[in-house]
Amino acid sequence: MFSVFQYSFIQNAFMAGSIVAIAAALLGYFLVIRGLTFAGHALSNVGFAGAAGAVLVGIHPVFGLLIFTVGASVIISLIGKQIRERDVAVGVVMTFALGLGILFLSLYSGFAERAYSILFGTILGISRDDVIVTAVFSSLIIVGLGILARPLMFSSFDSDVAEARGVPVRALGVAFLILVALAVSVAVQVVGILLVFTLLVGPAATANRLTSQPARAMLLAIFLALAYTWVGILLAANTIWPVSFFIATLSFGVYLPVRLLSPRWWGSGSRDANDTI
Amino acid sequence: MQELKIHDPVIVLENVDVRLGELSILNGVNLSIGAGELIVVLGPNGAGKTTLLKLLLGLIRPSAGLLQVLGRTPQRGNQAIGYMPQHRVVEPETPIRTRDLVGFGLDGHRWGIGWPTRSRRERIDRALKEVDALSLADSPVGLLSGGEQQRLMIAQALLTDPQILLLDEPLANLDLAHQQEAVSLISRICRTRGVTTLLVSHDINPLLQVTDRVIFLARGHSAIGAPAEVINSEILSRLYGLPVEVAKVMDRFFVVGAEL
Repeated sequence: MFSVFQYSFIQNAFMAGSIVAIAAALLGYFLVIRGLTFAGHALSNVGFAGAAGAVLVGIHPVFGLLIFTVGASVIISLIGKQIRERDVAVGVVMTFALGLGILFLSLYSGFAERAYSILFGTILGISRDDVIVTAVFSSLIIVGLGILARPLMFSSFDSDVAEARGVPVRALGVAFLILVALAVSVAVQVVGILLVFTLLVGPAATANRLTSQPARAMLLAIFLALAYTWVGILLAANTIWPVSFFIATLSFGVYLPVRLLSPRWWGSGSRDANDTI
Repeated sequence: MQELKIHDPVIVLENVDVRLGELSILNGVNLSIGAGELIVVLGPNGAGKTTLLKLLLGLIRPSAGLLQVLGRTPQRGNQAIGYMPQHRVVEPETPIRTRDLVGFGLDGHRWGIGWPTRSRRERIDRALKEVDALSLADSPVGLLSGGEQQRLMIAQALLTDPQILLLDEPLANLDLAHQQEAVSLISRICRTRGVTTLLVSHDINPLLQVTDRVIFLARGHSAIGAPAEVINSEILSRLYGLPVEVAKVMDRFFVVGAEL
């Protein structure tokens, strides 16, 4: 099984997959605590329209992804909160973007494989140059989150007091959404548009059900994301099934029992029996 | 800028107006609050109580008049002011511990990741101990009762050793027994630390024993003074612009004819 490591495309997959997993897990932690997981999925659909449009006009799909997702993030930040949080509004825009992407693909007279790779991930087909680009963007996300870490957490859990303490809550929200756009763009390379959720949200959601200590939750999310990615690539390299399928299955397969069993664990914080209210 | 002398008032409002477009929220408000006072802010909904807190926090600016907090114009992010907002429902699965949430009060506003040092942990433990919540330090916040959550928000507000404490409806969502405990806690903190405390409430009665003075806001107008000076039929009728009757029964105030 491990003989596949001699191939450079497998090495590329592992390198790119690893750095993406770390960035996705960290960003996913904040997506989960801010309740923006659906927005993450919506952005991936918008990205799909951008990627398909890019293919249609002959430029690299990642550029289309980035332009559309970052643009959508900025627009989302500017529109009113009431509109932004209506699931109907998000759903309508998201499915329209999907339809637009399908139109672009059908107009494209080239190989259908490009469509397939955007929708389902292309990690086994990337070059060493792609690895470098992916690593740069992922590092940007990680560094960006590192800088925003404390005020972002503060405003996620406690926005009233954060604002009173001088934290720029609104600006942080915009900056975060732009980081989400970047993360969606890199995660798409590994698992594709349709399954971005499994890498962005799965590990972080699982970790947050297992621990309420932020540092531990982030480390656990990274560990899970790396595990899913490595196992997924290995299994895909040795079978004919796609990487994204394995990652999605692992992500769901681990989350489900944790979710079902965790309410019983959750009550075991260190509370004194003699506590007075 | 002069040095703040020991008897200078900590909060000063002179003829302060706050207008939002056409709407006048506060109208010619005059207040002077001294260091260490425990003041209760009363009034019906929409009277401007939260607006007053936001003015002191530097989140909004007066449309007219003079406003000074600790001798200066209020700025956002003043570490000398501790703030406890109105209680919000916290879901049980919220993935953060008491000590982490309280810790935001110390350095949550600073960029970067921050390194957990022993002194930081000790400061948080001290604040939790002061509100009798040390045993809750490692518990997920969502599992705490409403009263416990209020206590940790007070601990969070105390972490920077503020000179002013602003509490927005700390007694809401608490039953009578727990209200008394909360009142004792707040009063103890105010007196031992000498921190000027402004407390917004819907009901003066649980607080009568500990209140120094009362600010009553209605229709954007204000009156300040000892409880009996302010909560009477004459003053309240003037503020409300309607006939209001105040009855004192068993040392408690009951306001009839308007929402208190």
